[in-house]
Amino acid sequence: MQTTEKQTTDKQNSAETMIEIKGLSVNFNTQRGVVKAVRNLSFSIPNGKTLALVGESGCGKSVTAHSINQLLPMPPGEIVSGEIWFRGEDLLKKSEKEMQKIRGVKISMIFQEPMTSLNPVFSVGRQIADVFLTHHALSKAEAWERAVELLNLVKIPSPAKRAESYPHQLSGGMRQRAMIAMALASPDPGLMIADEPTTALDVTIQAQILDLMVSLQQRIGMSLLLITHDMGVVAETADHVVVMYAGRKVEEGDVFSLFREPSHPYTLGLMNSLPSNEKYRGASRLEAIPGTVPDLLSIGEGCPFMNRCRYATEICGKEFPDETRLSENHSAWCHNLSAVKESK
Amino acid sequence: MGKYILKRLGLLIPTLLGVITLVFFMIALSPGDPARVMLGERASAEQLARLRADMGLDRPLHQQYFSYLGRIAHFDLGKSITTGRPVVKEIMELFPATMELAFFAMLIASVAGIIIGVISATRRNTMVDYVSMVGALFGVSMPVFWLGLVLIMIFSVFFDFFPTGGRMNIRYYMETITNFYLIDSLIAVFKTGDWHYLGSALKHLILPAVALGTIPLAIIARTTRSSMLEVLKQDYVKTARAAGIPERKVVYRYALKNALLPIITVIGIQFGLLLSGAILTETIFAWPGIGKWIYHSISARDYPAVQGGIIVISTVFVLINLLVDILYSVVNPKVRLK
Amino acid sequence: MNESLIQNGNIIEVKDPTPFQESLHNLKQNRAAVAGLVIIALFLLVGIFAPLLSPRSPYAQIIADRTLPPFSPGYLLGTDDLGRDMLSRLMYGARISMVIGVVSVGIAMGFGMLIGVTSGYIGGLYDKIVMRLIDIMLAFPYILLTIVIVAVLGPSLFNAMVAIGISQIPRYARLVRASVLAEKENDYVTAERSLGASPLSLMFVSILPNCLAPVSVQATLGVGEAILSSAALSFLGLGAQPPTPEWGLMIASSREFITNAWWIVTFPGLATLFAVLGFNLFGDGLRDILDPKLRD
Repeated sequence: MQTTEKQTTDKQNSAETMIEIKGLSVNFNTQRGVVKAVRNLSFSIPNGKTLALVGESGCGKSVTAHSINQLLPMPPGEIVSGEIWFRGEDLLKKSEKEMQKIRGVKISMIFQEPMTSLNPVFSVGRQIADVFLTHHALSKAEAWERAVELLNLVKIPSPAKRAESYPHQLSGGMRQRAMIAMALASPDPGLMIADEPTTALDVTIQAQILDLMVSLQQRIGMSLLLITHDMGVVAETADHVVVMYAGRKVEEGDVFSLFREPSHPYTLGLMNSLPSNEKYRGASRLEAIPGTVPDLLSIGEGCPFMNRCRYATEICGKEFPDETRLSENHSAWCHNLSAVKESK
Repeated sequence: MGKYILKRLGLLIPTLLGVITLVFFMIALSPGDPARVMLGERASAEQLARLRADMGLDRPLHQQYFSYLGRIAHFDLGKSITTGRPVVKEIMELFPATMELAFFAMLIASVAGIIIGVISATRRNTMVDYVSMVGALFGVSMPVFWLGLVLIMIFSVFFDFFPTGGRMNIRYYMETITNFYLIDSLIAVFKTGDWHYLGSALKHLILPAVALGTIPLAIIARTTRSSMLEVLKQDYVKTARAAGIPERKVVYRYALKNALLPIITVIGIQFGLLLSGAILTETIFAWPGIGKWIYHSISARDYPAVQGGIIVISTVFVLINLLVDILYSVVNPKVRLK
Repeated sequence: MNESLIQNGNIIEVKDPTPFQESLHNLKQNRAAVAGLVIIALFLLVGIFAPLLSPRSPYAQIIADRTLPPFSPGYLLGTDDLGRDMLSRLMYGARISMVIGVVSVGIAMGFGMLIGVTSGYIGGLYDKIVMRLIDIMLAFPYILLTIVIVAVLGPSLFNAMVAIGISQIPRYARLVRASVLAEKENDYVTAERSLGASPLSLMFVSILPNCLAPVSVQATLGVGEAILSSAALSFLGLGAQPPTPEWGLMIASSREFITNAWWIVTFPGLATLFAVLGFNLFGDGLRDILDPKLRD
């Protein structure tokens, strides 16, 4: 396991790497037992690129995102092992005070529900200005001006007036833009983490927000970690993709390779259930992946996808597969890749 | 929102009417003869009959009731049996003392209660939290007058830190303009440069305020804690943290402001209850307020006084509750900003 | 504190196995509630067996032995100014407090639930009038209401219990009425009605048991309140009369002794404190357990 992981990361290190996650394992200690939310996860994001972390609800992608800037509620949550390397430092070894200097400064984050993610008793301008005040030495008036500028940057019409609005006075799309503006108030943007930023929005608005994020990212030159369960979003925005299932990484690669040759049975299932997929022309039903996510409390050492997998064999129940290199920028973790490939 | 306020105001008059009616009939129906109380055991039947006629006690009950209502409309609550002075006048004179004590007690209770509640919420399930919450539980489980006695025993008798009662050192003579001793003593400082009055007033105020404020403190602390816990779970707190805002600011500015609504409601309600609890506390500390006055009136069977006192305090209570209701609908941002 | 599922990096709750198992599990976990129960049990034991447990009669005055401090020979907690044994008085006081709790809460619950159920079920003008009366009662500060009622009935311990009971009626009435209004809409009510069940049986047999959760919490906390209220009334001379060994009265008569006989002041208060604490602890714990159902 060690050597193959190292190969992958070395490859990605040839470009400048913004952030590298190594062997992250996160548990939740609940009353009913220990939930293994993330197991031995590793990936890295190069400078200025977008990595999409895909999987269904509960697969651990959100937990991973929250682990990066230590926003996990730590009593039930516990980072069992792993390292997160960012600008030459291991984030997991940092204290809360040190993390406060990184959050909103070098790493910013936006969340899924803009309605509940903005403070209802302060105007949006005030909230953004507060971020400025925290990280820059500005006067209140200057901070407010910068806030209005940012609102303009995220394409909110009449930004000066809008800045005085309260969150519940704005539409969902505008709130999300305001959140992005808040995230952009960081003085030294390196990484932006977007946790399902468009899931709660109308489809029409989704595209706009995604466009906005991509254009901002390119303009500022930061890396973007995009958490989503929507393959359509992945296709539009990502440079690299990591597919997760039940806490583990099952496939990884650059976006073109992945879409051209999805290799892991789960990835296939995800692709196949896309409404935009060609094979649905004229068909009346979508293909869903049969079965349900396994109980993370009692999960064993084998491949977690086994109980839903058409190609499962005996070894799948016993141990988790090693990495199989499909090409330079594409790997999958499955015992039966050849069987999968043949039946496609 | 305006409609709601009007509705509540509309209920005000019938409620007050109900309160007054209840008090009137209760006192009127209570055993004992006011005339006899006033004239003593050896009064003759004639004298009693005459006094009763004077006081209107021989008329049918409903007539008495309506004439009573009429007098109340003119702010006439009758005359005290023990002193012969109009009840309204006595109450007005004593009101500042009670208000001052209640206000000070609420101040201590609110400030300390909120701080303790916030600290408990941010250090949930640690020793600080447990101790605070157990302390709060103790606070609401003890009789307030016993607490007063114990405080006197410890701080006045055993350690001679504070006086045992009264509002000011009896050897001091201070000009009372407003009858709020804190204000009057500050005025005295300006006039004479003498800080002794202020010092004495404060010293006399502390122990009763602490005793009176303990139960509200406990309740405010508990309410603050649970409200803060709710708020700290919210997504916008996470957003603020993700933006790097320091934890102290997150808690005291972002979270607390959202948590304040139920806390303010509780403070208002407790203030109302405090006034009625004054009867017990003032007596223990010989604090010359309405409470102590009612207590003595009860012992002396001074019906008009008791009647008047209860009506006044109940009215204030009803008004405070009304204010709290209105305040709630005003401060609730979802209602306000529509 | 329940089972959890991880979503969006947060922990959200998920359905539990059986409600009863869950409640029992919660009860054992809630050490505060258990502690409260222990205190209540202790208090009840002392109260019930006071005649057997107490070394002397609470009324026996031995003037030669008055105002003895605690740990004096034969008097574990000392004596008061009339030479009465503190320990015995406190034990009988527990008995009295027990009776106070039962009678007051009994009256309040009995009438309160009756009013609440009928009001909620029958509705209409009856409901409106009754609720108006309840609102007026609630417009009074609680202590003043008890004072007013005792003033009518005359000062005695029993009348104090009645007054406290009456003062607490509105809470039960409101609580039960709200529950009834909620339950009234449920299918099982319509079903039973269509099968010809009489209103009485519907009210008392079918609907009422479902309202028991909030009522039991209120009753537990109510006992504590009744004990404190009785103490307050005794203090004002409107409740227990001397020489009854009621804790509140003992505190009230101890005022002159704060300088020289601290034990006469302290012990009755401590007894009250712990008894009420027990009920509050258990009541709070009960509320936590029944919480999801308590969301009215």
